[in-house]
Amino acid sequence: MIKFEQVSKVYPPTHLRCKETVALDNVCFEVKEKEFVLITGRSGAGKTTVIKLLIGEEKPTKGEVFFDGLQVDKIIPKDLPRLRRQIGIVFQDYKLLSKKTVFENVAYALEVTGAETERVKAEVPYVLKVVGLENRAEHLPAELSGGEKQRLAIARAMVHRPKVLVADEPTGNLDPYCTWDIIKLFTRINELGTTVILATHDQEIVNNLDKRVISLEKGRVIKDAKKGKYII
Amino acid sequence: MLAAFKRIIKAGWRDFTRNLGLSLVTIFAIFLAVSLVTSIFVFRGAANFVIRSLESKFDISVYFKEDTSEKDIFRTKNMLLDMAEVESVDYVSKDQALADFKLKHLDNQVITDALNEIGDNPFLAALNIKAASASSYEAINQFLNQKSFNNLIDKVDYYQTKPIIERFYSLSANIQKIGLVLALVLAIIAFAIAFMTVRLTIQNSGEEIGIMRLVGADNWFILGPFVVQGVICGLAAFLLGLVVFGGLSYAVSPFIFTLTSGFQIFPYVVSNLLAIIGIQILTGVGLGAVSSLVAVGQYLKK
Repeated sequence: MIKFEQVSKVYPPTHLRCKETVALDNVCFEVKEKEFVLITGRSGAGKTTVIKLLIGEEKPTKGEVFFDGLQVDKIIPKDLPRLRRQIGIVFQDYKLLSKKTVFENVAYALEVTGAETERVKAEVPYVLKVVGLENRAEHLPAELSGGEKQRLAIARAMVHRPKVLVADEPTGNLDPYCTWDIIKLFTRINELGTTVILATHDQEIVNNLDKRVISLEKGRVIKDAKKGKYII
Repeated sequence: MLAAFKRIIKAGWRDFTRNLGLSLVTIFAIFLAVSLVTSIFVFRGAANFVIRSLESKFDISVYFKEDTSEKDIFRTKNMLLDMAEVESVDYVSKDQALADFKLKHLDNQVITDALNEIGDNPFLAALNIKAASASSYEAINQFLNQKSFNNLIDKVDYYQTKPIIERFYSLSANIQKIGLVLALVLAIIAFAIAFMTVRLTIQNSGEEIGIMRLVGADNWFILGPFVVQGVICGLAAFLLGLVVFGGLSYAVSPFIFTLTSGFQIFPYVVSNLLAIIGIQILTGVGLGAVSSLVAVGQYLKK
């Protein structure tokens, strides 16, 4: 379903005295449908770059990225929305639309796909119920706690039933209690048939989930284990 | 397609009402531009009125020789009326000229006695010509100086009024040129202020635009609500402009009437209402929509 073939990403120097930054170096891996994959590594190991390349926010310097048979790095900007509608994305900083209510944030992800109004009215309350935000529908993101914001971000990522859910450090800003709430949600979503890619440097999550772990260090894959542990 | 269109309009309206503070600032900035453009339109009307009313005070008179027949005078009059440069021609017969003179100097015994002393009517028949514009008098004068009129015309008084007409002509042309440049500069400033205000209000949404793109919204779905918001602000500015301008022109009408010796601003606004509404809608809505389009477009290119 997802394939990284000898992918390298080098960022040019931002000013004269700087050297170029190698974010990814010859990275190869494949993710199959319905898999739950953890991408782990220290800050700066290249986890976020993997996600950016997958959603077409960045282009690889070398190599090819495939999603569902499509070569992502060859997609023209006009067609990127179509790719992103097939991927649900969750960020550490939530990236919620601050001027829209909880309901509207979730509905927006469905509306961009061209869903009928009836479907929006039916699915959004359902998804909000799944993430436990049914009573917060009319609130603005600023009125929610960190855990609630992340649950809202997951609801938004899930509502249009994407083929894959990608999360970049989704628990980075949460307390341990909320963290496990969110992780349980991801596990449930995966059990329902969605591929989940979770980028995290949280040792406890990696060690307790007992899922496939791709470990990155300095932009290289140093281990890809079926039921892995945190090794860095 | 229709559902997306409805959503865009709904989202635009919702954003407009939720960010009422910023919307009001935008409306005010567009209102300034709308008012300025309307003022320029009305000022042009007033300036044209003043120029026309001053122009109407000018004329040139053609005096015919004693022995010129009325038939020849009327033939000349008709030839003049056929000219595009001529607005009107009035015939003043010898008797009429004498009667007018007597009436004008009724109280002046010395002049009355002098006339009686002369006995004969000393006045010549004349044609008083008003040109369509101040610049046309030269053409009329050249026409009257043709050889064919030598036997009929005694004199044309153009050379006495020529310096005044020419000075007025150059003054009015300069006033119009300066007015146009000034209006253009002011309009550019007002447009720039309105444009920058819209851009600044959208700058607050830069991050949100990025999020919308990540969620999978295409460009029109992102752009649409901002353009709708701009159009709503433009319409509100137009309505505000219409009310304020209508009220203001009604209130200052007597003052402008005195200042310009007869220009009635309120009736002018009413009789040109459709044009004014057109200008205001075009300015307001155009400015709102185009500014939003350009401002959001910059984020979408990133």
